[in-house]
Amino acid sequence: MSAMQKLMGWIDDRFPLTATYKAHLSEYYAPKNFNFWYFFGSLALLVLVIQIVTGIFLTMNYKPDSELAFLSVEYIMRDVEWGWLIRYMHSTGASMFFVVVYLHMFRGLMYGSYRKPRELIWIFGVLIYLALMAEAFLGYLLPWGQMSYWGAQVIVNLFAAVPFIGEDLSIWIRGDYVISDATLNRFFAFHVIALPLVLIALVVVHLVALHEVGSNNPDGVEIKKHKDPKTGIPLDGIPFHPYYTVKDIVGVVVFLMVFSAILFFAPAMGGYFLEAANFVPADPLKTPEHIAPLWYFTPFYAILRAVPPMFGSQFPGVVAMGLSIVLLFFLPWLDRSKVKSIRYRGPIYKIALALFIVAFIGLGYLGLLPATPIATIFAQVFSVIYFLFFLLMPWYTSIDKTKPEPERVTG
Amino acid sequence: MKRMKNLLFLLAVVPAIALAAGGGHSVPLDKAPVNPGDMESLQRGARMFVNFCLNCHSAAAMRYSRLADLGLTEEQIKANLMFAAEKPGETMKVGMTKSDGKVFFGATPPDLSVIARSRGADWLYTYLRGFYRDDSRATGWNNTVFDKVGMPHVMWSLQGEMVPVYRKEGEHEVVERLVLAKPGSVTLAEYDSMVGDLVNYLVWMGEPAQVQRKQLGVAVLIFLGIFFVVAYYLKKEYWKDVH
Amino acid sequence: MSQEVEGHQVDVRKRKFLIAATSAVGGVAVAGVAIPLVVSMQPSARARAAGAPVEVDISKVEPGMLLTVEWRGKPVWIVNRTPEMLDLLGKHDDKLADPKSDMPQQPDYCKNPTRSIKPEYLVAVGICTHLGCSPTYRKEIGAADLGADWPGGFFCPCHGSRFDLAARVYKGVPAPTNLVIPPHQFVSDAKLLIGVDPQQKDHRLQGS
Repeated sequence: MSAMQKLMGWIDDRFPLTATYKAHLSEYYAPKNFNFWYFFGSLALLVLVIQIVTGIFLTMNYKPDSELAFLSVEYIMRDVEWGWLIRYMHSTGASMFFVVVYLHMFRGLMYGSYRKPRELIWIFGVLIYLALMAEAFLGYLLPWGQMSYWGAQVIVNLFAAVPFIGEDLSIWIRGDYVISDATLNRFFAFHVIALPLVLIALVVVHLVALHEVGSNNPDGVEIKKHKDPKTGIPLDGIPFHPYYTVKDIVGVVVFLMVFSAILFFAPAMGGYFLEAANFVPADPLKTPEHIAPLWYFTPFYAILRAVPPMFGSQFPGVVAMGLSIVLLFFLPWLDRSKVKSIRYRGPIYKIALALFIVAFIGLGYLGLLPATPIATIFAQVFSVIYFLFFLLMPWYTSIDKTKPEPERVTG
Repeated sequence: MKRMKNLLFLLAVVPAIALAAGGGHSVPLDKAPVNPGDMESLQRGARMFVNFCLNCHSAAAMRYSRLADLGLTEEQIKANLMFAAEKPGETMKVGMTKSDGKVFFGATPPDLSVIARSRGADWLYTYLRGFYRDDSRATGWNNTVFDKVGMPHVMWSLQGEMVPVYRKEGEHEVVERLVLAKPGSVTLAEYDSMVGDLVNYLVWMGEPAQVQRKQLGVAVLIFLGIFFVVAYYLKKEYWKDVH
Repeated sequence: MSQEVEGHQVDVRKRKFLIAATSAVGGVAVAGVAIPLVVSMQPSARARAAGAPVEVDISKVEPGMLLTVEWRGKPVWIVNRTPEMLDLLGKHDDKLADPKSDMPQQPDYCKNPTRSIKPEYLVAVGICTHLGCSPTYRKEIGAADLGADWPGGFFCPCHGSRFDLAARVYKGVPAPTNLVIPPHQFVSDAKLLIGVDPQQKDHRLQGS
């Protein structure tokens, strides 16, 4: 027995290292027909690691103090060795996180990855998405530029729209009557400690749940239905390691090329990843001409603005925005189709999904623009489509003409 | 599959439309001749900056010593560019206090460290060439892209005095163009080129690492290209088992 | 070398090579990210600017006087030693722990009996080598509390360490070594530059 084997034996007697490795990598059997859309899960994990590592190093030099915050970011960009690289990795990573997560969620919609028995994977995933939105919102205050300040002002004021307790609630969130040093300090605490812990915990349970039931695939059929009678291994399954590890490396490298192209050649991404107005220090007395949230929030911001104030309150808009995310949780039970994958669905679902995507992107675009009357009408139409996609789903998925699913995975 | 391609197309096209529609300025901006690789232009711009801007505006994130990146020696920096500081390691501060600035100009002159990143090079280039005589203003100056600006025309001795030619647009009179009323010490073409140097410097100062950033980016992408080839063959080799 | 997997031949050697190649390139990638992160913990441009060499005008330092200046956040003493002080330096070597300055507590150009470039000017970091207190300057010869044979020097109030006027430590005190002599040079007779060795290029702009 070699020294290495002895060491492994010693560890395995005390900690299930080999067993864990087998359960999650070398003997975790994934469907062999994963396509392009299945890269985004591992990429999301990669971006999470990038954000945590670069975040730790940014924290070493950033000052969560309203007098010092803005200049401390420029200090990182200039005076700290390689600080500009670390900061751009973090700012590019923030936007790329959403790119990857949106594509990952879209994959779930296409192939019915949220359906039984994967409801909990989906719910944990939506919780990750929520935590990620909170993390991004809190982090965006930290550079203490005009957009940081006024963006936070607008969003925290949404809580003021809650009936009866709203005003007190928003003051409690800010710790002051306006966004101030106190707000910056607590947002910093949540951004660097609290939410990262929540995110990591949620990612762990998301993966544990996934590995319990096994991955879905583009055909939406269960590979566990057909196992080798002798070994018990799914006939259409291949060990995650080495097959999907080597495949994911290729995906990671391609992703890093896109990531690097943005980071090194267009880190502000034309104002979409780093807004020009955020290079002006926060000024509580001067509102910028046009406040737009960062692109990944704009679909929900557009829904918020599409709902007119009722009874002199913005609250209905806030409710609509909240509902637009809450609905995601119910998706596993709203979908009544006999099949999971879009490949075997009928035309109705395909049209519904296409309309939904158009509405979502349309809302995202409108959320960037000032709310003109014509833009508001478009936003209202898109918002209605967004909601109907979910609310009518039990009906249109049950009448949709599906094709028969294959017994085994194809291609 | 075809529908998916359509969706992908939409995903690609919508941001492009958004980009095209973004940034609606009321006044058309002139294109600034920015080239962060032109050291001589940057050095001239740095000199303009310390001579004309640094009297009222600070650049609190910028250290004099960083000007070494523009090919200047410490002696040159000390002799030609450092008027308000003792050591080259100091940042570009300004003697005028915030409250003084407010009294003199109605608003504190903003720090210029990242002004090119918030305003954009073209805006700065147009703005610095857009001052004209306006006796209704306390300073005697107005500006085509920044109406009722608090800042006086600090480079008037170079450019000379411009006066506006108005054009009727509905009810309003708008400035159509500026003409030279009283020549300054340089021609308008020379002035444009000097402002170009200054804006070039401001863009560089907005992110001094930008030249290094792009150089490193090329190296990183070449490296990732090699990584891709190796990783691709590894994947292909293993997936022979599957197909 | 090949073996059979699921009915087809596998080139094991090729796989091993490709794994090694990918690991090597991947290792370079990880190192490429790790290095900037590690380097970012070095002193920043601001810290280097604050720690830049300090120029001191010594024309006002009268014989016998001590001037304290700050360099890299530490007190640096400049003592203009009188001829009498210099005379006394050689007379108590037996009481010192390291009279010949054998420990590397000074640049080579100050490894001499006066531990200085010019005999009269002592330049030393005023931080006790025991636990980092700043000793006091006690130039009075035979001071009552320090003993009749006290030739003038530095006394650390924290734990009683003693140093002579060449900043050399006495035997039997808590401090183990002589005080540190920082790199310094005379730009002119009246100007001292602390933080740069003689004949060395001024590094104030280094790495900026």
